[in-house]
Amino acid sequence: MDYNVDENGYYGKFGGAYIPEMLYPNVEELRENYLKISQEPEFKKEFDDLLRNYVGRPSPLYLAKRLSAKYGAKIYLKREDLNHTGAHKINNTIGQILLANRLGKKRIIAETGAGQHGVATATVCALMGLECIIYMGAVDIERQQPNVKRMQLLGATVVAAESGSKTLKDATNEAIRDWINNPADTYYIIGSVVGPHPYPDMVARFQSVISEEMKWQLEEHEGRDYPDRIIACVGGGSNAAGCFYHYLDNDKVELIAAEPAGLGLETGKTAATTAKGKPGVLHAAKTLLMQTEDGQVVEPYSLSAGLDYPGIGPMHAHLFDSGRGSFKYVTDEEALTACFELSKLEGIIPALETAHALAVLNQLDLKKDEVVVINLSGRGDKDLETLIKYI
Amino acid sequence: MKRIKEAFEKKPDGLLSIFVTAGFPNLNDTVEILKELEANGVEMVELGIPFSDPMADGPVIQEASGVAIENGMTLKLLFEQLKDIRKEVSIPILLMGYLNPVMQYGYEEFCKSCQEVGIDGVILPDLPLYEYKKEYKELFESHGLANTFLITPETAPERIKELDSLTNGFLYLVSSSSTTGKKSGIDGTIDYLSRVKDMNLTSPSLIGFNIKDSESYKIACKYSNGAIIGTAFIKAIMNSNNFKITVKDFVSSIR
Repeated sequence: MDYNVDENGYYGKFGGAYIPEMLYPNVEELRENYLKISQEPEFKKEFDDLLRNYVGRPSPLYLAKRLSAKYGAKIYLKREDLNHTGAHKINNTIGQILLANRLGKKRIIAETGAGQHGVATATVCALMGLECIIYMGAVDIERQQPNVKRMQLLGATVVAAESGSKTLKDATNEAIRDWINNPADTYYIIGSVVGPHPYPDMVARFQSVISEEMKWQLEEHEGRDYPDRIIACVGGGSNAAGCFYHYLDNDKVELIAAEPAGLGLETGKTAATTAKGKPGVLHAAKTLLMQTEDGQVVEPYSLSAGLDYPGIGPMHAHLFDSGRGSFKYVTDEEALTACFELSKLEGIIPALETAHALAVLNQLDLKKDEVVVINLSGRGDKDLETLIKYI
Repeated sequence: MKRIKEAFEKKPDGLLSIFVTAGFPNLNDTVEILKELEANGVEMVELGIPFSDPMADGPVIQEASGVAIENGMTLKLLFEQLKDIRKEVSIPILLMGYLNPVMQYGYEEFCKSCQEVGIDGVILPDLPLYEYKKEYKELFESHGLANTFLITPETAPERIKELDSLTNGFLYLVSSSSTTGKKSGIDGTIDYLSRVKDMNLTSPSLIGFNIKDSESYKIACKYSNGAIIGTAFIKAIMNSNNFKITVKDFVSSIR
């Protein structure tokens, strides 16, 4: 079984490019160029240099001793939270801004949920001196104020998405509409492994630096380049795609995806796409999608704004469908507990999104010598306001 | 399919097609609006299938789509409402919408239902050309459904030629690079429209997006077989309590 994208842009039966004609030239330009450009030695050199000296890579692989003692396994944390801007998102925006530069685009747009991708985009736009417009759901603007201010401080314009549920899905609709209206000069930096081909593959490749580093880091720590399990949270699924990427074909590694159950799978207040979704088309990709019988997209819910998405990247839909990935569901409450636990056990405050991955530890039957890597995708500073309510 | 062809034969210049969201402004208005459009000389109608995430539409059609969903409109219900439409309306009717509701209804079921009630064609902007050619062309055609393709100012000439050869309805020339009802007019894109006109394509074509009044309708008619009006019509019926008057006034304001 192949878990990577095929030549037509599909992962199994998921993926593709379900775009209206207005976007066809843009997406086609990208499809023709993304591999060619990103594999040029000059591009690679610039990308690697920025990751090292600007982002602060490689990110440490830290053996969390007290957490390991509690759960009875060797648990490593891949510290993406230590990246510049505080999450894995910057790996992708660095790659895409270099691509946008080479395509001669002058105006950058992006969608954001929790604001992490918005901040990472605003950051690279400042770095390159490009105009930056970030679409963010009005509800998310309310609950992620610090990130809104950060984006503005970085020189970006933050535009509120007032349609639909006013969260990530609607911010994505607004960004797509902007791109339709400004096809020639604008580049759309999608923040996750979603959207039309080639975005899911392109974003996964830029994020794959995570598992590339894990391989030599594990070799150093453990004398073998793979763990027994990798756990990552999944909204659209970019951090999961990055830490799974180089292990997709290694059957010895269990790939565990933590999805947000919200208030619970049966409450109607959830964003657990693989549990509640069925195949559909949203944001120009065929994937698993939470929807009504008539094909209207259902509003997702999660306490964590970064996971609040009714779909999932087509790569993950395929991992679920093929059985290659193990999908676990974590409620708001379980995520909060895991967030407080890591803070007290290891002195690391994780993002609420990341806390969903940590909470999965409770659902596993771990053995003492097992090596587990949890992708610590982001830090919790942005969630302080939410967290304070539960202390 | 046949009715579309006949409509263009009968009215090769200045054909007027109106887009309206099904189930808008009220759940049961659609049939009456169709009758009024025909009675006032409109030559073709596109019925919008409401969708929760209409990414190519501007605020007005988004809103109409949202209201229709709220009203309870579904594809299933729409086909029920249109059950006897061919006893009362004879102009071509196309269904236009996003792929997901059609996919959930089931492509085959959808084509069957279209044929049963007498739908003449479909416009599914997010159905990719490769998938249409490989999986649905035969299915659509065997149910008498014409497929209409969009062309934009950015569409390359070879692709325009391919779309021209593939459509069995007409080509939908999107007036400018924009979502529906976004720009103020179409005079900025005359170069593109005359470039397409000079290609002497074999299929008929209509210009849509940002046609809103008599002036833009006239420009559209100069460069194609006619025009499609959506947003401006939705705005007109939004607060109407008498479609007889509203539709009549609207059509006479255009031509």
